Amino acid sequence: MTDLNKLTLADARDKLRAKEVTSVELTEACLSAAEASSALNAYVHNTPEIALEQAKAADARLAEGDAPAMCGLPIGVKDLFCTKGVPSQAASSILEGFTPEYESTVTQNLFDAGSVMLGKLNMDEFAMGSSNETSCYGNAVNPWRRSGDETNLTPGGSSGGSASAVAADICLAATGTDTGGSIRQPAAFTGIVGIKPTYGRCSRWGVVAFASSLDQAGPMTKSVRDAAIMLEAMAGHDPKDSTSADLAVPNFEAMLTGDIKGKKIGIPKEYRLDGMPDEIAKLWDDGIAMLKAAGAEIVDISLPHTQYALPAYYVIAPAEASSNLARYDGVRYGHRATLAQGDGINEMYEKTRAEGFGAEVQRRVMVGTYVLSAGFYDAYYNRARRVRALIKKDFDDAFAAGIDAILTPATPSAAFGLGDMKDADPVKMYLNDVFTVTLNLAGLPGIAVPTGVSSEGLPLGLQLIGRPWEEGDLLNTAYALENAAGFVAKPNQWW
Amino acid sequence: MSIDKDTAARVAKLARIKVEEDALPALAQEFNNILGFIEQLNEVDVEGVEPMTSVTPQKLKRRVDEISDGDQQDKVLANAPDAREGFFAVPKVVE
Repeated sequence: MTDLNKLTLADARDKLRAKEVTSVELTEACLSAAEASSALNAYVHNTPEIALEQAKAADARLAEGDAPAMCGLPIGVKDLFCTKGVPSQAASSILEGFTPEYESTVTQNLFDAGSVMLGKLNMDEFAMGSSNETSCYGNAVNPWRRSGDETNLTPGGSSGGSASAVAADICLAATGTDTGGSIRQPAAFTGIVGIKPTYGRCSRWGVVAFASSLDQAGPMTKSVRDAAIMLEAMAGHDPKDSTSADLAVPNFEAMLTGDIKGKKIGIPKEYRLDGMPDEIAKLWDDGIAMLKAAGAEIVDISLPHTQYALPAYYVIAPAEASSNLARYDGVRYGHRATLAQGDGINEMYEKTRAEGFGAEVQRRVMVGTYVLSAGFYDAYYNRARRVRALIKKDFDDAFAAGIDAILTPATPSAAFGLGDMKDADPVKMYLNDVFTVTLNLAGLPGIAVPTGVSSEGLPLGLQLIGRPWEEGDLLNTAYALENAAGFVAKPNQWW
Repeated sequence: MSIDKDTAARVAKLARIKVEEDALPALAQEFNNILGFIEQLNEVDVEGVEPMTSVTPQKLKRRVDEISDGDQQDKVLANAPDAREGFFAVPKVVE
């Protein structure tokens, strides 16, 4: 059988259990597809030996009739997750050569559920970026191209390698992380599904920290069903992360009925931005019509503090990053600068961090340092945390009024060209997260679903926002949207 | 609020990142652009609003106060750029 790498998690799982294929066959198909995909620069550390060993173990489990949820399914892992004995660099030169002595809880959960790891995937350095252009490994490339145009496009970021790999069928699914939109924006740019769960649903232990109050891991998959399967395997309480929620993880897949009759879907007027491209506005209107046709009730709502989400985020995230990244000091792991005669410990810190961090990371660490410094803490940091409370209250009010989910665009545009934003003000790049960042500030679950194609032939996605801890209901609404949209387009293989 | 070269140098020092003298004006300009964007927050009425400390109304769990880990010196030092005799080694700190 050919093209096993193109299967969804659900189809591959069913074929494994029906003994139509083995995990080794699936894994070999993915490994060969991955080997032929170097032009995408999605994989940055390949782990074929681990993959085949895990695949053999999975086949043995399947033969014994012990087949946990992800048994034998080959996936890619974002480089932000610490994986024991495998380089885990967060796409940063400062972690060059770092091989963790431990396994992140999320990857451990996935391995316990039988998953097979194909390798580590490209990303923006420390997950700071929206185009995968800040990576120390170079750009990841979107498998999609504009019709009749060979320009290389961004897969989005920061989980750009994960998005590219899933869209290009060089893994069945991948892990991502999302601090301001880093799962949902790349998912939308590559025509795949990506869900950021409620803050606290997935353990952050062993995930390289960017902004601890915002970071969440989640799956990036070819379908909503796959997202349900993989999220359930990733999630769960972990005593090693004090913010991990001690709540039972439901069987998300069992909640996919596709029935959303009577559900109240909120349409926030503040998300209809001035200058929104016509095709994004139309995509949104089409999505509204699809949910309405499926029996949902459409309700206009207001989330009045929306426009302040990005500026609040660009205080809070850099502030937390400047604290979290203080650990990269050239002492405990990774890179240490070569010192000159007479250099002391401060020169070691300063030279190490100047050499090891890229420009965007340095910029955010310094902005964070500034907003936390004496005299500005109240004016910037505390004010941003107050605005954050108001942003969350906007959502609380909407849900209290009976709204079940909120529908918005996922991104303000289709994927743009790599290098297009090179000379732009950093603030312009930050606008990519305008629809996604509100959820991180409010801790809410959100999912990007591909629902249309741009005039240039590129995928476009919508975002659904759910109530806290109700990922199951959110996934079901997303499933109904996916069914109605019937998005089946795939990129033409040029790589 | 405008950031000058000296403030940029001070922030770089606080962040322990070496920035060459000739790169400071451009850095100051970048800070100003980002802070200009952040200034919008001053439009919001935050009177009586508590700064958010936790996004979910959960109580942090307490663990039992007992040793649960340890004896992993080799693993702790395995990734150090310079480890000697069971310690992290750094340039001389005290004269």
